[in-house]
Amino acid sequence: MKNLDVLKTYKIYIGGSFPRTESGRYYTPLNQKGEQLGNICQSSRKDVRNSVVAARKAFGGWSERTAFNRGQILYRIAEMLQGRKSQFIEELIFQGSSKTNAEKEVNRSIDRLVYYAGWCDKYMQILGSVNPVASSHFNFSIAEPTGVVGVVSDQTTSLIGLVSLIAPIIAGGNTCVVLASEGMPLCAVTFAEVLNASDVPGGVVNILTGSPSELIKPLTTHMDVNAMAYSGDSTEVKAELQQSSALNLKRISTYMKDWMKPNNQDLYLIADFQEIKTTWHPIENIGGSSSVY
Amino acid sequence: MAKKVTKKEDVFSWDYAPALEGTAHVKIKNKYDLFIDGKFVKPMSGRYFDTINPATEECVSQIAHGNDADVDKAVKAARKAYKNVWSKVSPSDRAKYIYRIARLMQERARELAVIETIDSGKVITESRDIDIPLACNHFFYYAGWADKLAYAFPNRKVEPLGVVGQIIPWNFPLLMAAWKIAPALAAGNTVVLKPAETTSLTALKLAEIIKDSGLPDGVVNIVTGHGDTGAAIVNHADVNKIAFTGSTQVGKLIQASIAGTDKKLTLELGGKSANIILDDAPIDQAVEGIVNGIFFNQGHVCCAGSRLFVQENVADLVLKKLKRRMDQLIIGDPLDKNTDIGAINSKEQLNTINKYIAIGKDEGADIYQASPKVPEKGYYCAPTLFTDVAQSNRIVQEEIFGPVLTVQTFRTVDEVIQKANNSPYGLAAGIWSDKGARVFNLSSKLKAGVVWANTYNKFDPTSPFGGYKESGFGREGGVHGLSAYVNLKS
Amino acid sequence: MKNNTSNIVLPNFSESPRIDKVGVEERVAKFQKRSIKSETKIQGLKMALSMIDLTTLEGKDTPGKVKQMCYKAQHVHDVFSELPKVAAVCVYPSMVDVAVKAVAGSGVKVASVSTAFPSGQAPLAVKLADTKFAVSKGADEIDMVISRGKFLSGEYNFVFDEIAAIKEACGKARLKVILETGELVTLDNVRRASDIAMYAGADFIKTSTGKIQPAATMQVTYVMLEAIRDFMDTTGIKVGMKPAGGISNSKLALHNLVMVNEVLGAGWLNNGWFRFGASSLANDVLMQIVKAETGVYQSSNYFSID
Repeated sequence: MKNLDVLKTYKIYIGGSFPRTESGRYYTPLNQKGEQLGNICQSSRKDVRNSVVAARKAFGGWSERTAFNRGQILYRIAEMLQGRKSQFIEELIFQGSSKTNAEKEVNRSIDRLVYYAGWCDKYMQILGSVNPVASSHFNFSIAEPTGVVGVVSDQTTSLIGLVSLIAPIIAGGNTCVVLASEGMPLCAVTFAEVLNASDVPGGVVNILTGSPSELIKPLTTHMDVNAMAYSGDSTEVKAELQQSSALNLKRISTYMKDWMKPNNQDLYLIADFQEIKTTWHPIENIGGSSSVY
Repeated sequence: MAKKVTKKEDVFSWDYAPALEGTAHVKIKNKYDLFIDGKFVKPMSGRYFDTINPATEECVSQIAHGNDADVDKAVKAARKAYKNVWSKVSPSDRAKYIYRIARLMQERARELAVIETIDSGKVITESRDIDIPLACNHFFYYAGWADKLAYAFPNRKVEPLGVVGQIIPWNFPLLMAAWKIAPALAAGNTVVLKPAETTSLTALKLAEIIKDSGLPDGVVNIVTGHGDTGAAIVNHADVNKIAFTGSTQVGKLIQASIAGTDKKLTLELGGKSANIILDDAPIDQAVEGIVNGIFFNQGHVCCAGSRLFVQENVADLVLKKLKRRMDQLIIGDPLDKNTDIGAINSKEQLNTINKYIAIGKDEGADIYQASPKVPEKGYYCAPTLFTDVAQSNRIVQEEIFGPVLTVQTFRTVDEVIQKANNSPYGLAAGIWSDKGARVFNLSSKLKAGVVWANTYNKFDPTSPFGGYKESGFGREGGVHGLSAYVNLKS
Repeated sequence: MKNNTSNIVLPNFSESPRIDKVGVEERVAKFQKRSIKSETKIQGLKMALSMIDLTTLEGKDTPGKVKQMCYKAQHVHDVFSELPKVAAVCVYPSMVDVAVKAVAGSGVKVASVSTAFPSGQAPLAVKLADTKFAVSKGADEIDMVISRGKFLSGEYNFVFDEIAAIKEACGKARLKVILETGELVTLDNVRRASDIAMYAGADFIKTSTGKIQPAATMQVTYVMLEAIRDFMDTTGIKVGMKPAGGISNSKLALHNLVMVNEVLGAGWLNNGWFRFGASSLANDVLMQIVKAETGVYQSSNYFSID
């Protein structure tokens, strides 16, 4: 006798928990065959607010983790994703992908996580510098995370677009609030479960489903969000991001990339969410003829 | 003047006689036109405005007021130069042009220093020993990058942006022009630059130098004017990038007004930087660092250490020494080599500063002002200290951009980190402590683009400068300063 | 430990204020940027002249040489009237009686080095005898050296007690304590030694013997001036300063005076509280004064060498 399937409830991910949207609203996206993907949370501005609070709270701890530890955790995410590969493939197929493409997308996502896991304890060495100032000072520049990043994820993919921005952002010590693909939200929610099982502290990544057109405004106008990442090429969205970001001078990065391409991953994506801090300190007797060599 | 007040030894005073920098060798024309396409041209607006010596309130020269049409002309010249000439010049020749500019500036350094002082009110020792040498060195530094850009961005192809619009402030006029122009040229861009309306002269002198250097026409264009001139640059459709240094308020306007375009943007804006004195600091050097932090350039410094935090167990000592040191500062003629504090850049700025001093008094803070002799004519402001202030006071939160310091005390390091970061700004911070581990704890937790540990207000072409949060984004100086002027292709 | 400045709580000398050398260099550079012109300059030069301790501290010193120096001390350049006398002559104890006779009645003081100058490598009894001898011959001022070896090995109490003992032996003579900063290595040590000397009863602190390089650099003098300021603030006792060795020209002397003016104030700008230990400085100052008065650059051939 066939066992009756337990259907999955798709929730949002805030501060390491899986609440339903506080608004109680849901929407029901369809795949190309017209099948219902599920009842998906239609997140509200209050969910955005709660997510930003969670992300801010998590920022201090996450940014102060050792680079080595962040690398371990990103690698752990890749491991967990690998372990649940078939579930993601099923979801991708259900959302309209071919089997080959679905498998490719999950593999690519795993690889991307491994790629950025490796960067965690290296990007500082490339992005930083020791600066030979013309005075008796030791001067060095280091990269530090920008803070809380709002992410408007690629709307045309369910998993790879999401992973391609989350990974460099958190590898660099930031925390983020991610607006998932509205039409293909399933992998975002499942990926949140992967994150939750991967030693990623609650609040480092917060994922909201729903309508970006409704959620972008409260996110980009939020005074406690330091940067915005946008994957897409809508002129209106870009204009809105810039306009609203001027409230507190958010850094804005926009990407029009095919995230499935293997080379659409690099150090500069990490750099987009880093601040350069330069420290000076005096040195006694630099270049002194009395020095002993 | 040197004089013996009485024979009683403790009343004797040895004041220094004026030691005025000579101005005879300096040529300032009565009127300056716009520098567009390698030529000085009359503004299509037909309008000119006075530039004032803030130390004497006298008109020094007349400056052209560029309008939309002038800006359009300048952008077209820059675009033409970019397409037809500059993008075809080899990187090593680009370098050599920039080196030439650096050398010509060095040759005329004293003249530039004197003009800077006359036009801006900053003291001659600062323009002579800090502003002008740093400006020259900035060109010298970036010149060398022109043919080495690939090394700065591993694994990327580096391309210029095109025409860049640059708008600079009045506090370090020539230095800011150098910070903007040098990396832009090194990366292969052409430039339309607008100096601040109160301090156009050294930028126009730089235009003469650029002309003398043989730099191809239109590669650098200098359009003087007011805010509307700057707005015309920001809003011009054929500008690929805006680099702005100035107030946070204007920075936000610029970010909003380029919304919907593909223009790139870097902003270097205001600050309210914390200067933190721990109890194990080298106190006398820290006091000097406080003075240098807030009274350097009359406090017209975006990264000025305007919020002083002193650990409570040394607060009395530090304040006693600070007040004594403030009493020593000589205010007066900026051309006098013995002057420590020159003139406030403009009447408008003096009014702003005085407004904040009045607000500080209203907020109930204790005020201490050194009482040196202030010249009767000219815009001057005595170094001012506010103690007994609260984190919520406006004078603690808002940028004053003048020689006004607020003092708060703290007990623990955690407390001071919290207070220092409790600001929308994040440009710079100072830390004074003898203990390395404490210094690095603070330096890594303070949200600021520049951290000066046991020093303050140091600048160098190799050292990136720029802020966190509302102090702007992007860096100027060093290898990081190149990022603002390049497109990276994989 | 005992001290002659009674009722004063002694600080822990291991915790003397810290000094950042680069910051000190920057501060000193600011003094050097002061431009001393016209009458300020003449006033400064005359002040410098009046603060000089004309010094001869050679093994080959003779009574004749000391007498000549004493004459010069009172008549620096008779071609010009209205020039001050120097502050003092500084000699070995064996020459004190010669010097006392030679400057008698002129107001020029006689300073004697003592305590087994310049090394200080002798037992306390010898140092006390050395000092008492010089005082008994009429020295107005005693320039002692500290035991640098003991200081560097951390025996601050030893150094303190030794200074206090010499101070007692000085009687009415004013005590200058030579730190020999060239052997103290760091500015932190200079500050600590200054504090020890002042709390132990020094009337003056002095940089160097003149036998060791570097001697009176402006950095070292600056640190000592700040120590004097702090000591005054804490105890109310005024202590004098004497940079010695290396200040060979007028420009350096004027920079030093600027530094005194801005760190301690004009209250220290007289030879009661500030001295230059130098021998060649006097003629350079004279040449500058004459140049300023006549407008003509001078030649050393016109100024007597001693």
